[in-house]
Amino acid sequence: MGGLPAGAVEPSEHDYALWEKRVDALMMLLSRKDRRLLTVDELRRNIESLGPEAYDEMTYYERWIYAITQTLIQRGVITVDELGRKIEAVKTREAQRA
Amino acid sequence: MSHDQDHDHAHVHRFPPRPDQDDTLTYYRAMETAVRELLIDKGVITADDVRRQVEDMDGRNAGRGAKMVARAWLDLAYKQRMLANGSKAAEEIGLDVGPLKLVVVENTSSVHNVIVCTLCSCYPRMLLGLPPDWYKSRNYRSRMVREPRAVLAEFGTVIPPDVAIRVHDSTADMRYLVVPKRPTGTENWSEAELARLVTRDSMIGVALANEV
Amino acid sequence: MPDAVAHRFQIGDRVKVREAYPIGHVRTPYYVRGKCGVIERVCGAFPNPEELAYAREGRPAQPLYRVRFLQRELWTDYAGQPVDVVEVEIYQHWLEAEGPQP
Repeated sequence: MGGLPAGAVEPSEHDYALWEKRVDALMMLLSRKDRRLLTVDELRRNIESLGPEAYDEMTYYERWIYAITQTLIQRGVITVDELGRKIEAVKTREAQRA
Repeated sequence: MSHDQDHDHAHVHRFPPRPDQDDTLTYYRAMETAVRELLIDKGVITADDVRRQVEDMDGRNAGRGAKMVARAWLDLAYKQRMLANGSKAAEEIGLDVGPLKLVVVENTSSVHNVIVCTLCSCYPRMLLGLPPDWYKSRNYRSRMVREPRAVLAEFGTVIPPDVAIRVHDSTADMRYLVVPKRPTGTENWSEAELARLVTRDSMIGVALANEV
Repeated sequence: MPDAVAHRFQIGDRVKVREAYPIGHVRTPYYVRGKCGVIERVCGAFPNPEELAYAREGRPAQPLYRVRFLQRELWTDYAGQPVDVVEVEIYQHWLEAEGPQP
């Protein structure tokens, strides 16, 4: 996007939420030399494949967890079926807690 | 949980978390929990690994970079080693910068340096902590390489016309840190006193070091 | 790094960035493609990110350079000063030798 027309820079900041820090931690842990389960370049390719519309709608760490998950599926570390079932289980658990 | 390893809290800014984050189970937040739990179930990582990684990152802030800059202001030989090999110079004072190569660039009376990553959000996180939102924003990344003087002015930093702007687009395996100019009136200051003038933004290059 | 491509350029060499537009993950920004600059620094050799992005090894490693571009060469309507520059890290396979500035 270097050089494309864009608006003023908003000097915005926020302290990261715990879930965002965990996404960051997953990336660091999985890309570490002793695991090498993904590279930052795979993560970036998967983020780029989101397309401009989704890219703008999602927050930074939403894009990251999307791309980490894509990479883990592409690498065969997790399956789509496992992921679907686990997300459902997490939602049910959280609903019961609420 | 946030132990500041550098015992210098002067640079730590605190901002509110986004309101909709930890208390609402969004689709992607559920995905984070699901992926983390799957990886733990499979023995790829442990819950402890994640906790420790988060704590490590919480402990990193711009105080680390500020320490390097203050040392460079005081010790010309150190500054020269730092400009020749940033990673080694960081290690020399006990700062781990990881596998990426650190390139340190110095602001002078004729050059002002500023850092951007137009392709993603590469940032010297080992020395500055996690990047601010604006650094990752489309507006900053699009415009810093095209109209740096205008963007710097939006940060309140006006660079005289006889000073060259050198924008560093962090596109590959290097990470950059700017050594801002040492403020005048600090002649007999200690390293710790000087470090307090070195803000995160001055090491990205969108600001100058704080004046005395 | 033993399995690295040999360096072709040295500090001060004038180079041109290839004007290519493949799909995939490419770490050569669009705004410098087809533009001329000068080698500022030789950064070493690194596995090719275009291959790493597809979970391959990226060997042999590609030499990486920092290339300095005059802003006026990148943008014809650049509003800043003539001395302003941008420096970008570019892998060797994206660079071609370019004659001296006319």
